[in-house]
Amino acid sequence: MTTTTPKIDKQLYPILEQVSDPEIPVLSILEMGVVRSALFVDEVVQVVITPTYSGCPAMDVIGDDIKKILKESGYDANVKLVLSPAWTTDWITEKGRKALLDYGIAPPLEAEADKEVLLGSKKLVGCPQCGSTNTKMVSQFGSTACKAFFQCEDCLEPFDYFKCLK
Amino acid sequence: MKNENLYNYILGVADNSLILGQRIGELCGHGPSLETDIACTNVSLDLFGQVRSYYQYAAEIAGEGKTEDDIAFLRRERQYKNVLLVEQPNTDFAYTIVRQFLFDVYHLLFLQELQNSTDETLVAIAKKSIKEVSYHERFSSDWIKRLGDGTEVSHQKIQEAINNLWTYTDELFNQTDADKAMVTAGVGVDVTSLKRKYYETVTAVLEVATIAIPESKWFQKGGKNGVHTEHLGYMLSDMQYMQRTYPGMEW
Repeated sequence: MTTTTPKIDKQLYPILEQVSDPEIPVLSILEMGVVRSALFVDEVVQVVITPTYSGCPAMDVIGDDIKKILKESGYDANVKLVLSPAWTTDWITEKGRKALLDYGIAPPLEAEADKEVLLGSKKLVGCPQCGSTNTKMVSQFGSTACKAFFQCEDCLEPFDYFKCLK
Repeated sequence: MKNENLYNYILGVADNSLILGQRIGELCGHGPSLETDIACTNVSLDLFGQVRSYYQYAAEIAGEGKTEDDIAFLRRERQYKNVLLVEQPNTDFAYTIVRQFLFDVYHLLFLQELQNSTDETLVAIAKKSIKEVSYHERFSSDWIKRLGDGTEVSHQKIQEAINNLWTYTDELFNQTDADKAMVTAGVGVDVTSLKRKYYETVTAVLEVATIAIPESKWFQKGGKNGVHTEHLGYMLSDMQYMQRTYPGMEW
């Protein structure tokens, strides 16, 4: 497990917390673990972000949103995109996982469990609507790169499962 | 150009993903079912994301104001270094998924090795991409098993696609001069070392899928040196249309 704690200036935390992933609006980019650092260097805020998936089209928007909101708060900012260390679903905070679930997206399981689920050998993903684990995978790829598509066999609701990435 | 071998090496790696990404991207809105359509476009998006990282790095090496878009859109057919396999058309879903499978198995083995490169940027791209490509390989392998060991018709279609695309597999393990130079420098992956494991992995999946391994020992090659099948030209004319017609156009 990669455990690198992001370095975020206390002053900037409440500002950056208002920026969300445009594809998952309930989740702030801090809860998502996308912001790796946000620090003052000679009065300019240097923000380092990392993509969830290489082709994630949200990254450009997130970068712009960060600059915009910091500007509104009176700060000049640079945003840098880094690939290393590669983002993992472990970096989604507890609060973030809860926000996903409340929004109707099942949060990622552990890596081994994820594999069993996606190979269809075990039923472990809980339905965000009724909580039943009597769920089936409809497709390994869902509405965005980071999600798989599931359906609950009890309440029959279709839902997204956030794939584990390690 | 300084570092010309490195530049050519990166393009050799990245062009495979660009051309394959474009090919499966053609299925956007045309997939055989909604789920496979979304899956193919997701895979395409992952590949394009990886390609951007490689091309940005290559553009940095090239200097002289070159950008990732110049590399993607403004080269001629003979300047693309992708293997012939990835430019083969989406004849039907059997061809699409067999092409994907034959590339994914290679891609995953390749990225595993690229993580040991002495080049930090390539290592970062490899570590990022490998997580995505693991999903691609699982997806395509599952479909090979499902269709190969499916109905009489699905079995026959997968077998036909395997028979016709098999001839493009050996090229994956050919080395260009840039490849050799980069292997010596500790930057590149020695693809010849992946060959045995590749065919073992492919064979294991095809056996489960009840698909026979083609016996032909004759293989097509040329893409890595810019000599392509006729399919690439048509594809590029489509892909490059906007940049050729409206040079410098931006969204």
